[in-house]
Amino acid sequence: MSVTTQEKITKDKLSEQERQYILLTQNGLPIIEEPYHAIAKQMNLSVEQVLTLTKSMQERGIIRRIAAVPNHYKLGYQYNGMTVWDIDDEHAEKLGDVVGQLPFVSHCYLRPRFLPEWNYNLFAMVHGKTQEEITKYRGQIKELLKEILVKRNNDSSQNFITMSNDMLTSTAILKKTGLRLKK
Amino acid sequence: MDSSQFKSQSIGNINSLSKSRKCQTVELSPLEKSLINLLQHGLPVCERPFAQIAEAVSSTEKAVIECVNKLRREKVLTRFGPMFDAASLGGAFTLAALAVPEEDFDLVTEQVNSFEQIAHNYRRDHDFNMWFVIATESAEEIEQIVQEIEIKTNLKVLNVPKLKEFYVNLYLPV
Repeated sequence: MSVTTQEKITKDKLSEQERQYILLTQNGLPIIEEPYHAIAKQMNLSVEQVLTLTKSMQERGIIRRIAAVPNHYKLGYQYNGMTVWDIDDEHAEKLGDVVGQLPFVSHCYLRPRFLPEWNYNLFAMVHGKTQEEITKYRGQIKELLKEILVKRNNDSSQNFITMSNDMLTSTAILKKTGLRLKK
Repeated sequence: MDSSQFKSQSIGNINSLSKSRKCQTVELSPLEKSLINLLQHGLPVCERPFAQIAEAVSSTEKAVIECVNKLRREKVLTRFGPMFDAASLGGAFTLAALAVPEEDFDLVTEQVNSFEQIAHNYRRDHDFNMWFVIATESAEEIEQIVQEIEIKTNLKVLNVPKLKEFYVNLYLPV
């Protein structure tokens, strides 16, 4: 399954009720016995209405999932690698789907190339507990993509070598903010 | 209310990953581990979701609620609740990178981070050594910010907006 940017742009605008729901829950669901009752009370709705609204937003992809997001670092997943791949456009969508389903991949996107400096069109972020682990994951992705990696001729007049894939590991967080809908 | 206005919440500043790697991992109880594993997959949408979770992990609703609150308080869980599709909230996003000369890195970090539209910024080991997400209210504003960054830093921005996003199944078992 995949979602194109196009589909998202044409997605219906949020209703006033949905906006209110987002504002009430974007910092988290109340961790209490009856969290949806608490939301219902604040929205002047019945709990049944809130549950229906929640399910409807889930079905339409506005809510991706209702879940816990762990801090990778605190669980020992202290290494991440942005793997980047130069793959045949023809097969990119099909294989991107397969790569996204790997349990160690947190983000997977097709992006435009900027030749000659940037020849990679598939990005997949991998997470692991050691450098060896993320290197192994890169290898697993390569195994899936090996038939469709683009082989480019290296022009000796350029002062860099074009590779079919790479892994960029992060060495420092320079800024990190959370996105929120404004009131 | 304007549907497309974002504000940024600052979570942290410059963190050296190599420095923090050693000391950040936390010890977890068996219940905490079970809940982290289970809740990454999702919480059921029903009146008493934690009662259902308690049954799945052979615990009580009260213990589960206490435990999840503790994990949230200690920031073992960075978020708990509905994950909204960012594009549905009405904003525009792109991933961008700069190849920054080493001697200018600190200055350029400051210049790039000074834009409130920069949501995340990471240093990475590549010629393109600075990677950041630009989040704005409109697609036009993305272009504008890219141009402003180029003027401010005197560097060319590699702007790679997503063409297609694939669903992921990330699972970090503990």
